[in-house]
Formats: sequence, C-alpha cells, structure tokens
Amino acid sequence: MTKLHASPLVSVNRLCKTYGGEGRLFGSRTVALKAVNNVSFDIASGETLGLVGESGSGKSTTGRVLLQLEAPTSGDILFRNKNITGLSKAMLKPYRRDMQIIFQDPYASLNPRMTVGEFVAEPLDVHGLAGARSERQDRVASLFKKVGLDPSFMKRYPHEFSGGQRQRVNIARAIALNPAFIVADEPITALDVSIQAQIVNLFQDLQDELGLTYLFIAHDLSMIRYLCHRVAVMLRGRIVEIGPCEAIFENPQHPYTKALLSAIPVPDPDIERNRQPIAFDVNANLPPEEALLRAVGDRHFVLGGQRHAPVRDSFRDL
Amino acid sequence: MAPLLEVRNLTVAFDTPSGTVHAVNDVSYILEEGETLGIVGESGSGKSVHALSMVGLIATPPGRIVSGQVIFNGRDLLTLSQRELFDLRGKEIGFVFQDPMTSLNPVLTIERQIAEPLRRHFGMSKSQARAQVIELLELVGIPDAARRARQYPHEFSGGMRQRVMIAIGISCNPKLLIADEATTALDVTVQAQILDLVRELKRKIGTTVIWITHDMGVVAGLADTVQVMYGGRIMERGPVRSVFHDPRSAYTWGLLKSLPHGGRRGINRLYQIPGNPPDLTKEPVGDPFAPRNPFATERCKLETPPLVDAADSTPGHRVAAWYDLRAELARMEAQA
Repeated sequence: MTKLHASPLVSVNRLCKTYGGEGRLFGSRTVALKAVNNVSFDIASGETLGLVGESGSGKSTTGRVLLQLEAPTSGDILFRNKNITGLSKAMLKPYRRDMQIIFQDPYASLNPRMTVGEFVAEPLDVHGLAGARSERQDRVASLFKKVGLDPSFMKRYPHEFSGGQRQRVNIARAIALNPAFIVADEPITALDVSIQAQIVNLFQDLQDELGLTYLFIAHDLSMIRYLCHRVAVMLRGRIVEIGPCEAIFENPQHPYTKALLSAIPVPDPDIERNRQPIAFDVNANLPPEEALLRAVGDRHFVLGGQRHAPVRDSFRDL
Repeated sequence: MAPLLEVRNLTVAFDTPSGTVHAVNDVSYILEEGETLGIVGESGSGKSVHALSMVGLIATPPGRIVSGQVIFNGRDLLTLSQRELFDLRGKEIGFVFQDPMTSLNPVLTIERQIAEPLRRHFGMSKSQARAQVIELLELVGIPDAARRARQYPHEFSGGMRQRVMIAIGISCNPKLLIADEATTALDVTVQAQILDLVRELKRKIGTTVIWITHDMGVVAGLADTVQVMYGGRIMERGPVRSVFHDPRSAYTWGLLKSLPHGGRRGINRLYQIPGNPPDLTKEPVGDPFAPRNPFATERCKLETPPLVDAADSTPGHRVAAWYDLRAELARMEAQA
C-alpha cells in the first residue's frame, strides 16, 4: 500500500460555486443555485479520495472547480500548500502540468480527427516538452505501453477503438506530463461491465508505479470501496460525511450515507432478496445552512445539525 | 399450459455501411406466465435489440429479421402487420425504456401521456381515462396524484419520471412488461425504490416481466430466471440462485468475479476479463467469448456450442460451452 504523507497535496477550503443569482437588466435576480456549498477537504500525496453522491450533488463541479476549469465563487484551493485560486492563465500553466482530469465518456472526450498518438502527444507540445521528433515518438510509445495499449496503435483514429481502449488513451494523455494529481470523473461508468475491472486495475497500477494522487468521482459505491482510501459523500452541494473507507462503509453516521449504502445492489440473490433499503427523502432532510462537520471518529466527520466549534482546525491537524 | 412467450431461433442483423452487424444470433428461450426474466449483457450483447425486434420496434432497413419465430400468447409476432403490432404494443406488451428524461413528451401533461394508450386501446373517454391515470399514479407511488397528473415532465424528478414511465408501461394491464435498462440512469437510492415498486407490482398484479440490464446486482434481486447474453447469443440461463452460485459459462463466471464484492483496496487486484468486446461485423463463428476465455478449447473457436442442460445442476440451468468450467476451475485451484 502506498505510504501517505502528512502534508496534503491538495487542499480545498470553504469552496463555493454558485450558478445564477446575477442581477438581470431590469433589476430582478435569477435564482442562485449553490452547486458547491462550503466544501473543505484535504487529499494527501498518494491518496485516493472518493467523491460520491447523487446526480446534481455537486461532485463533478467540485472536481472541475478544483482544477480551475471553472472559477470558484469563493473559497481557496491549495496545491502543495500554495494558494492557486484566481491565478492568471499564465501563472496557472505550470500547475496544469501537475493536475489532470479524466472524463466519463471516452467517446466524447477524444478528438475524432486526430490520431490517438497525436492526441496523447498534444499536452507535451503545449508545454514544450515534446523534444525532438523521435524523442516525442518514444515518449508516446512508452505512455501507450504504460496504459496497456500496443504502441503500433498510435497512428489510428478513435473510431477504431472500443470504449475501454479509448479510456486507456485518455489515461495515457492524462499521465503524459507526469502529473501528481488526477481528477477522475466517473471514468468507468460508461464502460462495459467486462472492461471496468481492467480500468480500475490500471488506475491502481499507475498509482503504485507513479505515486499518483486521485480524486475519484463515482456513484458506484462498491468500486469506491475497492479503490479509495477515504470517501466523501456529497448531498446538494455539501459534504455530509467524510472519512476512511472502512469507517464510512462499516459505520456510516449520516442518514443519507446509510440510505446510499443500503441501496447498492449486491450480485448475490441470497443477500439481495433480504435487502432492506433505507428510505431517505432529500428534500425533507436538507442539511441546515449553519450545520458543521463534527468528528465522530478517527478522521471521520459528519455534518451535524447542532452548532459546534469549527472542527476544521482539528480536521487539518489529524 | 403453453408458455406466454417462446422465442425460436431469432436472428437479427443490421446492414450498415461498414458491413453487416450480426446483432442477435439464433436466440431461443421460453418465458412462463408470471415469471421474471432478467437478461444481462453488455452493449452489443443483443439483449435490447432482440426485445425490440420481437415487437417490430427496430427500423427496417437497416435492421433485418433473418430468421426465427416469436410466439406470444399463441401468435407469431414476426408475422403480424404493422397495424396488428400497433394494437399489441402498450396493450399486451408494455415497455419501459432507459431514459426517463427523453422518453416523455415535454409539451404534453403527464395525464395526457398515460391516458393515450388507455384511450387508444380501450376507447376510454377523457374522464374515464383521468380516473384510471390517477389510480395508476397512486399505484406507482406518486403522491398527490390528481394534481401531479396535470403537470408536465419537467416538473418531475428523474425517479418520478421513471415511475410515470412504469405507469404508462402497465397502464393497459399488459401480459408482459419489458423494461430495458429502466433504472440505469437513476441514482442508486432511486433505483432501489423503483425495484421495490416493481416487486410490489408483481405481487399485486402478477405481471410477467423481462428486465434487461447490465447490472448483475439488479438481476440478483429481481429475477426468477437470469439469462446471460454475449455477442448476440445466450451464453447461460437458469434459476437465478443456480446461475449466480454455480455459473457454468466462463463469461458469467468472469463477470461475477470481476466485481469488487465489498472487497477493500490493497488486498488483491480485481479479476479482469482480458480483451475487448467482439466485433459484430465479423461473421459469427464459434463461441463469441472464446477469444477472451482463458479456458477456451480449439473447438470453441470453430464451432458454436449449443445451449444445453448444465450437468448436475438445477433443472432449467442451461449453458452454451464446449469446455467444462467446473473442471477447469478445479484444475486452477489445484495449481494455486
């Protein structure tokens, strides 16, 4: 298992992203939607943090804002303890090398008019790291090997590949610049069932080999449990529970986490037939705006109803 | 008693610019009244296409029924006219499709959309249909049904829309309900509610169900019989406990083994099925899973195995395999 370092690689501090709410031409205001609402967490170097929640919970937006693909409304993003929020494009560029993203749909995320070799080499060109032609070629070939693709495929176009192979191409591009941190946004959801395990194993192998840190966004909780060190559960823009995988899965505290866990279909008829899903009405149980995360166990925090002293500092110290 | 549905040697192909796609190859099975059949498979397995082609819902061309019969309630559906199929769909066979966001008409009220099959098939008046619609909405667990019926799809959440789709699917009290990835687009908590609803409906009105999905967990909880499809063929079928606990097809075994099963990280790697899904534009020869099957024999590559009773298993458990999975697994264990 990867050794975890004490100081976080990535920190998110009271991150908010609000859509709408701007004044219109004649003074009325559009309705503001708090897609991400006061979200804070750390990810240690070499760690995989899973982010789960229903559609619309703000998990993808969190990933996008974290990478500054969208500007946060407020809050700070720290990378290696340096605040990178609101940096200009040019100032941000060196950080971009270190932070990459892999998207859900391997069919939409590849450029159909570019050979997959060029597609993987593109980040090297953008950052002026391609070097001489043969060097560039070698680099791409070794990336292909790393993700389990035959380097002879480099000259082919995306339509010649299956979904699993396309996702491998995306992963090759994401690791081309030797990043430290990758946001993987539902990277196996669109893949065939018989391919998902291949890609999950690849994520793990690359982490072991390259010491990568992941934010793994997914709704498949059994995969999250398998892949992640810690999990954060999001509901309507807020983290309602965060903690080590074992704590979340074996000792869930928030009613939404409990409902989520009780709803995972298990591929065993004997278990499945006795399953009692716990109902949870989101609208009746929206976390109160003033609620704070409070500690319920080692590194395990739950959004509680009552007012507490901010646990953020103790959270950081742990 | 004759079965409700009997599919005999159904073969469906699509003629596309890049060649003929062999989507469904020689599929035969029997569905008894009251049974819930779970069909699992990945994209390209033929699980959806075979169901759509049974009731004339594939475009022809490019689609083409190459051969086969689909005997439903004593009639061969493949010989029916468009007019006859039109009368059958919705009335005798109800459908629930995957995407509740796109399968409802955004400019018509929910009431209008649920009432449409009722008025068409039963000639109900507006007020008769309205009463029925409200009853159906209550049945599928939509609160405040009378008011909700007058609303439009955008006023419903994803889960509520899927309930509406199910209400439409069962509105004419069909003998058979076919649900194609009906919960795939939903959040797991909502999926659990929909699956509960389907179980409850089965108890209340005894509908026969074909539930098509890629999720082994969903099938485990819902189906009496599971049918595993790959490359347009049935690889294995049988009583759900028998297939899940004692799979005989290397594909079923691989799928079950590749799931994390509540396992935690760091213990071991997931079992992965090697290779990629089959290219369906190639003429189907042999066992479609053979190129990815570590236990495949020479014969698997050349000759298509028939679906036969699995040795020493529960009655009705059938498998298409030339290799003996139990023997292969025992050998593997002995080596380890």
